[in-house]
Amino acid sequence: MTRRAVARTLVYLSLVLASLVVLLPLGVVFLTSLKTPEETAKGGGALTLPHDLLNFHNYVTAFQDGRMLAAFGNTAFILVVAIGGTVLIGSMTAYAIDRFTFRFRKLVLALFLVAALVPGVTTQVATFQIVHSFGMFDTRWAPIALYMGTDIVSIYIFLQFVRSIPTSLDEAARLDGANAFTIYRKVIFPLLKPAIATVVIVKGIAVYNDFYIPFLYMPSQDLGVISTSLFRFKGPYAAHWETISAGAVLVILPTLIVFLCLQRYVYNGFMKGASR
Amino acid sequence: MTDTTEKATLGATPATKVAAPAPAPRGARVWRLLTPWLFLLAPLALLITFTYAPIANMVAYSFTDWDGVSPELHYTGGENYEEIFTREDLFQVFFVSGYYLAASAVQIAAALYFATILSFNVRFRNFFKGVLFFPSLINSVAIAFVFLYFFQDGGTFDTVLGLFGYHTDHAWLGTPVSANVSLASVSVWRYMGMNFVLFLGAIQSIPGEVYEAAELDGANRWHQFRHIIAPGIKPVLTLTVILSVSGSLSAFEIPYIMTGGATGTETFVIQTVKLAFQFNKTGLASAAAVVLLLIILAVTWLQRRIVPDDRVDLV
Repeated sequence: MTRRAVARTLVYLSLVLASLVVLLPLGVVFLTSLKTPEETAKGGGALTLPHDLLNFHNYVTAFQDGRMLAAFGNTAFILVVAIGGTVLIGSMTAYAIDRFTFRFRKLVLALFLVAALVPGVTTQVATFQIVHSFGMFDTRWAPIALYMGTDIVSIYIFLQFVRSIPTSLDEAARLDGANAFTIYRKVIFPLLKPAIATVVIVKGIAVYNDFYIPFLYMPSQDLGVISTSLFRFKGPYAAHWETISAGAVLVILPTLIVFLCLQRYVYNGFMKGASR
Repeated sequence: MTDTTEKATLGATPATKVAAPAPAPRGARVWRLLTPWLFLLAPLALLITFTYAPIANMVAYSFTDWDGVSPELHYTGGENYEEIFTREDLFQVFFVSGYYLAASAVQIAAALYFATILSFNVRFRNFFKGVLFFPSLINSVAIAFVFLYFFQDGGTFDTVLGLFGYHTDHAWLGTPVSANVSLASVSVWRYMGMNFVLFLGAIQSIPGEVYEAAELDGANRWHQFRHIIAPGIKPVLTLTVILSVSGSLSAFEIPYIMTGGATGTETFVIQTVKLAFQFNKTGLASAAAVVLLLIILAVTWLQRRIVPDDRVDLV
């Protein structure tokens, strides 16, 4: 009895400790975001509570001077177009590869498989020149094209899913006179909904959080996405931790809300995305 | 009669769906041959433009002294590669990767531990699962700022240490060793949850009866881990190890945002980005990127050799 009780206590202790390690740095930043500049400058300790728990002044500063509103707009635009394109491209590829036999089919599949092994960070040196030559540098189309063109994981997810759709459905539609495009549009695509949900979540979080590509391809202030706009807080607010904290909280909050609302889908999505 | 044979062949070879019941007119046949390519046109164009063309260009640049802008470039043979492996300041980044590799080991061990205990019946299980996983969803710039505040003078870390009576004015990001250890810990904080959820998923896909049977046979928790859980998650574990190795080599965002590569925290990717976009040494940067790509491909190849798993088999 006692040994088991001790083991149980240790298990809970380790869990509580780990939760503290996760939550403490985040909690402190939240507290800091509610403090006044005087409070943070005084250095009264990171763990002290702010005087006024409803002091949202820093958020106003972050939104107005930090251009966070424009950043959310840019991120939203890129997110919608890139994800829409990814879903279309991924499902079309999966449909063509799984439902047709044609010459070089294996070669095409191999091209996609091998590309999945190439980490994007390594090739940016040369990708940059290509993006530049298309005149897409410093436009929102650069990240959009890159997110659409280099996402192999979603093709995997769609491919696995298309296989599970019985081919008898295609046959039935074909007998009704449907051609390949109608079958894709009316039969396959609507049945892909769970796969689409997975791709939207995994891809959406990846795009929302990406720093490298927008940082490299969109240096203009006006084209800041949330990552790069937040990154620019570092200069002007270097000593103003309350403003930087407010910006960080603003960026984290949407993620938290999405996670809390869609927990089950998020876990499933990442599990499918990883086991490629 | 023909109808039934038709169905039988269809059932036997589900891959050949376009097999025409009767010889179609020429136009229709061409159309049928073209159809899959029409679907693949855009995906293949994007794949080649943004994945294969850059790789080919990169390999080509790596043998030149190109600066990325001027129309002039000279073939320099293997000089760039020689420079990477002989110039001490360039080679140094590999030692920094060592910190991240060590951190991955800690991270995988921790993930394994938490996945195991949370696969048993624990109160507030969903809460703990969510808390441990959440960091892997957070924006990297936000994480970097959170931890800049955490490690700064009189920041969260110093304050917490102060609560335990340990007062220090050590600048955590000030010296190479402590800065690298701090940055590597941030990467553990960030990625542990992702590994943990993957492990937990693998453990939970083991049917519950197996544990019940084991318990009837008198197996304790350690036995259950050793003989049921460990073999069950072996494929995911190997995958995680490989991803961690390539992740350690290509660590970029957190160190770049937090220290910009100062005080000996420059990683391979930071160095490559700086060479290419700050010092205009496209040739040298390309060679560095080719080296990194080859290492990562080698590691992946090794994994496929060690664990030939069925999921790769999509053909």
